[in-house]
Amino acid sequence: MELTGAEIITEFLKDEGVEYVFGYPGGAVLHIYDAIYRQDAVKHVLSRHEQGAVHAADGYARSNGKTGVVLVTSGPGATNAVTGIATAYMDSIPMVVITGQVPSPLIGNDAFQEVDTVGITRSCVKHNFLVTDVEELTETLKKAFIIASTGRPGPVVVDVPKDITGFKTEYSYPESIEIRSYTQFYHPPAEQITQAVEMVRAAQRPVLYTGGGVILGDAAAELSEFARMATIPVTNTSMGLGGYPATDKQFLGMLGMHGTYEANMAMHNTDLLIAVGARFDDRVTGNIEKFCPQAKIIHIDVDPSSISKNVQVDLPIVGCVKDVLSDMLVLLKQQPIAEEERLAPWWSEINEWRSEDCLAFKNDDGMIHPQHVLQELYKVTHGDAYICSDVGQHQMFAAQYYKFDKPRRWINSGGLGTMGFGLPAAMGAQFAHPDATVCTITGDGSIQMNIQELATCKEFGLPIKIINLNNGFLGMVRQWQEFFYERRYAEVTLEAQNQPDFVKLAEAYGHVGMRITNPDDVTSALEEAMAMKDKLVFMDFIINPEENVYPMVPAGAGLNEMILV
Amino acid sequence: MTTRHIISLLLENEAGALSRVAGLFSARGFNIETLTVAPTHDATLSRMTIVTSGTEAIIEQINKQLNKLVDVVQVKDITEGEHIERELVMIKISTAGLDCDQVRQIITEHEADVVDQQDDTCVIELLGNSEKINTLIAAMAQYPLLEVVRSGVSGIARGAEVLSI
Repeated sequence: MELTGAEIITEFLKDEGVEYVFGYPGGAVLHIYDAIYRQDAVKHVLSRHEQGAVHAADGYARSNGKTGVVLVTSGPGATNAVTGIATAYMDSIPMVVITGQVPSPLIGNDAFQEVDTVGITRSCVKHNFLVTDVEELTETLKKAFIIASTGRPGPVVVDVPKDITGFKTEYSYPESIEIRSYTQFYHPPAEQITQAVEMVRAAQRPVLYTGGGVILGDAAAELSEFARMATIPVTNTSMGLGGYPATDKQFLGMLGMHGTYEANMAMHNTDLLIAVGARFDDRVTGNIEKFCPQAKIIHIDVDPSSISKNVQVDLPIVGCVKDVLSDMLVLLKQQPIAEEERLAPWWSEINEWRSEDCLAFKNDDGMIHPQHVLQELYKVTHGDAYICSDVGQHQMFAAQYYKFDKPRRWINSGGLGTMGFGLPAAMGAQFAHPDATVCTITGDGSIQMNIQELATCKEFGLPIKIINLNNGFLGMVRQWQEFFYERRYAEVTLEAQNQPDFVKLAEAYGHVGMRITNPDDVTSALEEAMAMKDKLVFMDFIINPEENVYPMVPAGAGLNEMILV
Repeated sequence: MTTRHIISLLLENEAGALSRVAGLFSARGFNIETLTVAPTHDATLSRMTIVTSGTEAIIEQINKQLNKLVDVVQVKDITEGEHIERELVMIKISTAGLDCDQVRQIITEHEADVVDQQDDTCVIELLGNSEKINTLIAAMAQYPLLEVVRSGVSGIARGAEVLSI
């Protein structure tokens, strides 16, 4: 059938199985919005800022594994989307962003609302396209979805000039399309897998260090089976939390800058590090010179360029982590050996580090401590909520104290560290899981970076529970200034008299606001909020202003050189 | 240890493909000595030759990162095997008041050609590997050089080895 470019876009999205488009209209996308208006298969979610739309699509994608879809206009629409796109890129989130562009004849003329979107986004997308002919539109959209969702996923931008959306051509949905220059799959190499299993069997002090690749690659079940069969301790990166059950006895907690003592000490002392879908980020390795000094390293990753980028590894295995772990399991099962006995000395060492109880905190001084709020939230939600975090101290407290047993429940901007991510990401997660409990963990700094999305939540009746850990500071920056700049608190104080009244603010947007100042009220307040199933509740917890995140590996130190309390 | 490498690419002959490669090098802090690109006999493909230098780990990353670009179809480090490397240079000098015999001698010694001769200027051309071209430029430096134009390196593997899809 013959359709306009705009109709092709909506028809294609329907055929691709897209449920929601998160976006914001404008001049260059008027034809597309008109096509959206004239159909009802694809639902559009109007954010209140393009950044919010992109984070919402991102939270949707992280929480259910589907590709998030965004539609914004040219110029400022596209530039406002860039932070969201970069956030998704750093964490390898599947996403397609359709940006309007000025009409083709005007491109390059500094037309109204014109920016070089393909140029601006080039370094923060997996790939991008400028559509120059309506005949190429369908094929380009299909390519965008394939590239975004396969291999190491990532955002793809499709920039569509306005005139293209008005031209007509024949449309039929392509089931698949070949992209000759793009490798979607790598078959796990049998030889390396055999070698890896031999190394596992020979190791005395092995550690599994696993990241976001396990979540993105839906490999949590394989990881658990593998780790249990080989009785290997598991530590997760921030992106990897939920990839292995946090309540399991083999779990050591998160590693890295704010990782647990046992996880970081195990890393420092291991003789075989098995990295699975993790990328040796500087927040994880600490000083690279002092990283895992005694270890042979196996690195399993779907992206060859991740391997030996920061740390030289002994055995690289390129492939989907799910396939590689499955293949390794087959070999392990063929010749089961008494791992438990062999690794007993290693486990007793680990249990000694555990007895340090590095996450213990003072909770008897009449102040609310954020760790306590997170612990209680975990109990009240039975560990089953979708926890969408902003960026800062509260993010680390959530990662440390909420125990994630399932993948895709912990949603945070790990790589880019984007303040303002938490609330819109929770919107996306709530759209993906309408009946689930979805919480935003935030602080008084982060929440104000995308506060306007409270209006979107109102429009769509999203019953998100916002846990605002309000310390009157930009807490993480303040902590660094306390430790490394002799407490010169430069521009980090958000004094109470200058802050909005968050309760009234929530009410102004049509939501419920609560302020909690007494530690004895924390649990009952959380219970009360969770009981309001159909309401967004903004919980403003007034916490200890100078709380610090411990343990901490100072920048430039080795993982064994932690500050404990 | 830093070594010099010639990396050949086949990439989609599309707008923006060149800037993706150039952007990758600048974003990741990789070094580019020369970069040349032109279409091939297959109109959908361009052939690019990049001369770069770095440690073994950096060269490995360059290859992997290039392979990751969606517009890049094939990547080959041709310095890994026997190969031919060619570069063209054109040098314009001012000939006013020069000892032309001496210049001619240098040109002959370096197997270069004079491709343009006017009253006060001449253009000398040489095809060869980068080392040969560097030597000629050094020899000519004693004269008033008006312009030095180098094409950048193109390279191809010797024998049956081909870069194709």
